Amino acid sequence: MTGPEAAGVGPVAVRPGDVRPVGEHALLVELAGTTEVTALHGWLLARREAGELPPIGEIVPAARTVLLDGVPDTGALARVLRTARPDPAAAASGPLVEVPTVYDGADLPEVARLWGVSPEAAVRIHTEPEYVVAFCGFAPGFGYLTGLPERYGVPRRATPRGSVPAGSVALAGPYTGVYPHPSPGGWQLLGRTGLPLWDAARTPPALLAPGTRVRFTPLRGGTA
Amino acid sequence: MTDGLVVVRPGPLSTVQDLGRHGVAHLGVPRAGALDGPALRAANRLVGNEPGTAAVEATLGGIALRALRPLVVAVTGAPSPVRVDGRPAAWGAPVAVPSGAVLDVGAATAGVRSYLAVAGGLAVPPVLGSRSADLLSGLGPAPLAAGDRLPVGPRPPYGPVPELVPLPAPPAQLVLRLRPGPRADWFAPDAAARLARASYRVAPASNRIALRTEGPPLARARQDELPSEGMVLGAVQVPPDGLPVVFLADHPTTGGYPVIGVVPPADLAAAAQARPGTPVRFLVLPSRPVAG
Repeated sequence: MTGPEAAGVGPVAVRPGDVRPVGEHALLVELAGTTEVTALHGWLLARREAGELPPIGEIVPAARTVLLDGVPDTGALARVLRTARPDPAAAASGPLVEVPTVYDGADLPEVARLWGVSPEAAVRIHTEPEYVVAFCGFAPGFGYLTGLPERYGVPRRATPRGSVPAGSVALAGPYTGVYPHPSPGGWQLLGRTGLPLWDAARTPPALLAPGTRVRFTPLRGGTA
Repeated sequence: MTDGLVVVRPGPLSTVQDLGRHGVAHLGVPRAGALDGPALRAANRLVGNEPGTAAVEATLGGIALRALRPLVVAVTGAPSPVRVDGRPAAWGAPVAVPSGAVLDVGAATAGVRSYLAVAGGLAVPPVLGSRSADLLSGLGPAPLAAGDRLPVGPRPPYGPVPELVPLPAPPAQLVLRLRPGPRADWFAPDAAARLARASYRVAPASNRIALRTEGPPLARARQDELPSEGMVLGAVQVPPDGLPVVFLADHPTTGGYPVIGVVPPADLAAAAQARPGTPVRFLVLPSRPVAG
């Protein structure tokens, strides 16, 4: 999360009790929330880039945890984690991706109703923040984006759809997501984008990889 | 790279597998790869390949393919009758298949997954550094179908290794060591002891994603919802029905059910060969503190 929500949050400290062993070669770091996860994830990537971390196979951020898997020496990594002081205010430093979106999703009226505003105002609310990809899951390249103020969280649909088209921009809980592939899904559909979210031949293959900053820009009708 | 094989009979489920995808879990990409790693490596060594070269993983019913040029192959994993144009050939040893001949790997006589390596390796296009089929997300080549043509790479510089590779027989009882954590505290205090005492069986719904079990359900100490978190190979997740689920190669990268413990990857090859109904025991290891 960026903006006012992150302001005033001091550096994140990893306490020994927050680090749980996972089998022989992995550690799970528990944090207060997604802001802290994004901060620690960014800190770890920067340290790894600088060659300051012992070998780690996978760094997997999630809602309140960062999993460090494929770690030959978990003790050495645990010692490094104790020195971590990532700064949530400076966490979102990834590339900025603009996602042109046609806001004609089937659930836009329902989301607007839940927010107590008109559909036009709902679009303004959704295009206002700068988002950050907190983590991926569910499917390759499916990013969970934070940035929408907490009061705009919405429940999942009571009945998931059997098929949601690729490029669908959707909401669930505090997160915005963009479906990279056609798949079943229970998120509330706000609109659609024509951007290719996933391309296995690209590096990285996911357009919305963890740490990426995102802005949604409204397009009027037609193709996104 | 020329086509080396054409699928005549794909069997119930045959996929291309190597050692899987690494370093992309943060993008939601499962690791995939051969479920019985030692069997894949043995098959490759027998034909002179690098141990992690892409090969066929056949499930229960075997597979038949026609060679489009002279090939050297080896079958390991679940024991199964091997035939070349109807004539019996060796299992667990290099076999020469003449151009035009049909290599038939019959139904497994024990175990679940057979590995068929070809000298030169299956040269299907790699996706994110691996040729493995990932049945959870659909990355990599689709499961093999009749008529599929498989490219085979150039012969490796070393010839086939003729000696038999000692491989463990498929387990009559599956014993899985389990290191408690990271969410053992989400279960009733006696859950680990109960897990160690209880007898489970391999459930028929087991697949490349997970080995599912049938047996006494484990009681949770906490009923609230766990936010999704990263999952490792061998994680034993316990969904609301209380029955342990052991994550295998195609497991999702994140999951929202608590993990009571983790089975070391070395024990998962046996899990890959345990048929539905096989008794399962969990050998609970002491908790490991975070060192350092």
